[in-house]
Amino acid sequence: MINILLFAHLQELVGESQLKVELSDVTVAQLKEWLEKHYPQLSLQQIMTAVNEEFATDTTIVKSGDTIAFIPPISGG
Amino acid sequence: MTVALFEIIDQPIDVEQVRQKVLNRNAGAVTLFIGTVREITNGKKTLHLEYQAYPTMAIKMFEQIAKEIQEQWPEAIVAITHRVGRLNISDIAVVIAVSSPHRKVAYMANEYAIDRIKQIVPIWKKEHWEDGTEWIGDQLENIPYPQGKPVIQEEEGKA
Repeated sequence: MINILLFAHLQELVGESQLKVELSDVTVAQLKEWLEKHYPQLSLQQIMTAVNEEFATDTTIVKSGDTIAFIPPISGG
Repeated sequence: MTVALFEIIDQPIDVEQVRQKVLNRNAGAVTLFIGTVREITNGKKTLHLEYQAYPTMAIKMFEQIAKEIQEQWPEAIVAITHRVGRLNISDIAVVIAVSSPHRKVAYMANEYAIDRIKQIVPIWKKEHWEDGTEWIGDQLENIPYPQGKPVIQEEEGKA
């Protein structure tokens, strides 16, 4: 199971801050595609991804137990 | 008692408390950056802001920024506190304190810290205007940074 964290507008689009999906050994790109299929309101192509709190790329492999955060363009400070 | 140099809090920031964290007997200068909520941005009036963070990762990114500062200016000590939740006009969103033996490093390292916060720290603000709301992004035309080390781009206006 993969733990997914959503922030900012992504959280509002889905109506949840956290999702759990029964997937494992997929790339970040595949996970994004899966989510976009299940949540058609989501567009994740321009969104940064963190795997276990480290910035990742679309080719990073995601395993069961990992925490994936989708990080829209940031605006802190 | 261990003092946390990097914090995300949902209460007003005590600037003096952040300053105290970087004090030491070798310091000859302390710079404080205080980021506050601005009312008018590009002609549009903000009523209030809402900040959200991914707190555990944000703290990690603050630590990474401190590490980068340590590499460039080993004598600098940095502390950062960012506030989340609802903030009104003129409220303090972020405080960065840097101490060093001489002032130049304290100024440079402090500016470096705020530039990096705007690039790699997962914190978002939602604008509440008179006629609607919007999560603000793309302040720096963000793209993925696999190394967490993008090139510093042009400075963006405060909060």
